[in-house]
Amino acid sequence: MPKIPAPPLPKTLQPKPKKPGESNGQGPTHPAPLEAGISVVDWLDERTSLSGGLRWLLWRKVPRGINWAYTLGSATLFAFLNQAVTGVFLAMYYRPDASGGAYESVRNINDNVFLGQLVHAMHKWGASVMIILIFLHMGRVFFYGAYKYPRELTWVIGVVLLILTLAMGFTGYLLPFDQRSYWASVVGININAGGPFIGPFLSNFLLGGADFGATTLSRFYAIHMLLIPGAMAALIGAHLYLVTKLGISAPPWLKSHPEHDGDHEIDMAEV
Amino acid sequence: MPDRHRETKSNYTLDRGMPGAFEGETVTRRRLMNLAANGAGVVAAAAFTLPALGFAIAPIFKREQWSWQAVGTPADFTDSDYVTKVITITPGIGEAGNTIAYVRARNPQIDTEPEDQYNHWVALSDRCMHLGCPVRYVEAAQRFICPCHGGVYDFRGMVAGGPPVRPLDRFFTRLNQDTGLVELGPRYSVNDELQRFAPRFPGEPINGIGQYLYPAQFDTASPPPK
Repeated sequence: MPKIPAPPLPKTLQPKPKKPGESNGQGPTHPAPLEAGISVVDWLDERTSLSGGLRWLLWRKVPRGINWAYTLGSATLFAFLNQAVTGVFLAMYYRPDASGGAYESVRNINDNVFLGQLVHAMHKWGASVMIILIFLHMGRVFFYGAYKYPRELTWVIGVVLLILTLAMGFTGYLLPFDQRSYWASVVGININAGGPFIGPFLSNFLLGGADFGATTLSRFYAIHMLLIPGAMAALIGAHLYLVTKLGISAPPWLKSHPEHDGDHEIDMAEV
Repeated sequence: MPDRHRETKSNYTLDRGMPGAFEGETVTRRRLMNLAANGAGVVAAAAFTLPALGFAIAPIFKREQWSWQAVGTPADFTDSDYVTKVITITPGIGEAGNTIAYVRARNPQIDTEPEDQYNHWVALSDRCMHLGCPVRYVEAAQRFICPCHGGVYDFRGMVAGGPPVRPLDRFFTRLNQDTGLVELGPRYSVNDELQRFAPRFPGEPINGIGQYLYPAQFDTASPPPK
């Protein structure tokens, strides 16, 4: 397989031309001290070698013919980041108290806290946006055949991320603790119980007991803001690693170039 | 790199010419150190994982206490109409822990299930046996109607139509001899013959094989001995 030409170095990392008056190759009369650590970027890079990884991640070749549908994965990622950021700040005011405190704290966020209604709405509507985007992204990958070899593991991780996203929607729905969220969660938990053998035990675990109890709300809250987001962040990292390592698949309608005789490499474009 | 699979090495360190080997030793020191270091890691991880997991799933195994709540005097209940009573099934969380029981006196004309000390009064749970929405008693039709997906139950709580998979759950009832009040006990589930079973979640049929497909939970009060 022919080697892809190395991507250009970012400006800050390119070797600087010599300044006038500097040694012009005649050989210094005394050895110049090794120049290092003159900027924060250089200082960091010398100690971490991060620039190589960043270049590997960001200055990638993508196939010719890609289109806007290829941005749906990034869009889903940004929806997740929106949920993470707004969720952290909602957690500063939210109280998972089943005896009325939860509903009061959400009412307080909406009515009293500066920009509270906006941040709450960003979290609420962002959740729907994320579900829509993740399904569109899945549809793009499916209809473009991008799940095929060697990207099967990326697909599997993506499906797990889809399930976790739906679980986020389910656990988050209870938290405002109004009539709608209470009964929707009761119905959802009872649907869980319909699975033979393990269903009843799963519902029991979700409820933290036989009936909706004092700890059910805090269980949902802990699952919603700690357990699943941690798993999702780790899996998104693995997903992105695989996307970067394996590269983006070409659109299925793209033919390999006839002038590349016998060489089926797909023409790569710079972005 | 020499081919490792060409000859089988002796299990004894002495035969393999290792420094410091002694008679009968089969586990090399490197292997022992590997096992010890990895084993210590496993023990350390288990030391925080297992208690945390047990902490999270413990409620599944915590058996509910039998408790009785007074709902009224025997004169409050007739055998021809239901009285709506609000009872608490989870104390300490306000309204979220309350539920509704529809209570009436036992009517031997229509209540064909065998009488015992726990059913002199019939107390039905308002939890629909489709997915758990609260059903409402409609007096004109003498039916229980579920607002969510159209489940209908007759006067005895048997399924009369719609998606529910079994009759409405019931509560044990008794007359407290000291106070003279009617009291409701724990909830139990019934199959289509109104036989008592430990409470199941809505949507779980317990006729025939259903009682084994949806086993009783560890944490629920079981029916009293006969």
